[in-house]
Amino acid sequence: MAIDINQGKDVSAAHRVDWTPYLAGAGIGVLSWVVFVVVANPIGVTTAFSQLAAGAALPILGTDAVAQNPYWQRHPLRLDYGTLFLVGIFLGALASAVASRTWRIEHVPSVWRERFGPSIAKRYAGAFLGGALALYGARLANGCTSGNGISQGLQLAVVGWTFLVVMFASGLATTWLLFRTTTR
Amino acid sequence: MFPVTGIAALLLAVVFGFAFGWLLHRGRVTNYDVIVNQFRLRDFTVLKVMLTAIIVGGLGVLALVDLGAATYHLRDANMLAVVLGAALFGVGMVVYGYCPGTGVAAVATGSVHALVGAGGMVLGAILYAVTFDWVREAIIPVGSLGKATLTTLTGIPPLWIFGGLIAGAVLLFWIIERRAGAP
Repeated sequence: MAIDINQGKDVSAAHRVDWTPYLAGAGIGVLSWVVFVVVANPIGVTTAFSQLAAGAALPILGTDAVAQNPYWQRHPLRLDYGTLFLVGIFLGALASAVASRTWRIEHVPSVWRERFGPSIAKRYAGAFLGGALALYGARLANGCTSGNGISQGLQLAVVGWTFLVVMFASGLATTWLLFRTTTR
Repeated sequence: MFPVTGIAALLLAVVFGFAFGWLLHRGRVTNYDVIVNQFRLRDFTVLKVMLTAIIVGGLGVLALVDLGAATYHLRDANMLAVVLGAALFGVGMVVYGYCPGTGVAAVATGSVHALVGAGGMVLGAILYAVTFDWVREAIIPVGSLGKATLTTLTGIPPLWIFGGLIAGAVLLFWIIERRAGAP
């Protein structure tokens, strides 16, 4: 991270580029080649997430309402490629965190704590509300950062690039409104 | 031989998902602070990961489609829906601190607030399914361009667009790395 680079005593380290984000990005690019060819199924998250949400909706809305819902009729709750891809994401991140010994319980991240204080309830409320907005927005936009931004973006799809530009502008505006008091 | 279907595809789903989750964690985008600091313009990790993925992935897929080894999987550009959705998404991503994929990955790394946010995502998905009829009639048809690409829209060939993207990305990354290296 940038902070570490600046704190290093070695002068040459100050000009050393951290290649990890570029490598991770290139890795995701190469993974896209593989999935386009091997399974003809671009990387994506939210469609599968919505399918799983049908399971959570069963006790709330009732079996009939879920079965007759036009969206879930198109994308029903089942173990298919998309939902198993989600399982894979979970396992991959878990394995990477354990292997790098960075797995740790986190309730309130430091940037949030700096701005909104150490209250766990406050952070949970923010996470819940933000998660709901993000998923609803992603479905409305026809995909999230992965399925829309990356998978549609790399095909130069208008939907992908519109999503990237508007999402980034909205995120910048939201951050400015929420975090400007801690900006030094 | 390709595309693989059936049980083999389901097994590969876990393998490819595993690789994606691993890469997200190694790229540090499963970290709340990294994502929010991108929007505060203090840490450009998210842009580095995404732009590199789009350029590397896009050039490869372009070549594979050209060779007949892959086909495009384009989605509809319903302009009102994508603008409204992306605007909501931007707010949600900053307040949650994750996008849906990195949120799932963050839960796996021990982030309890990401798990709470995943509960919120379930609620968002249910609300979308419940309002889907209305969305389909009132929002999706407005400004619908079909499966448009930047090439079909502007007439500029894909390689030129990627050339421009690469030039822009290299310049941006060069400025970012110079600033990061400065004391």
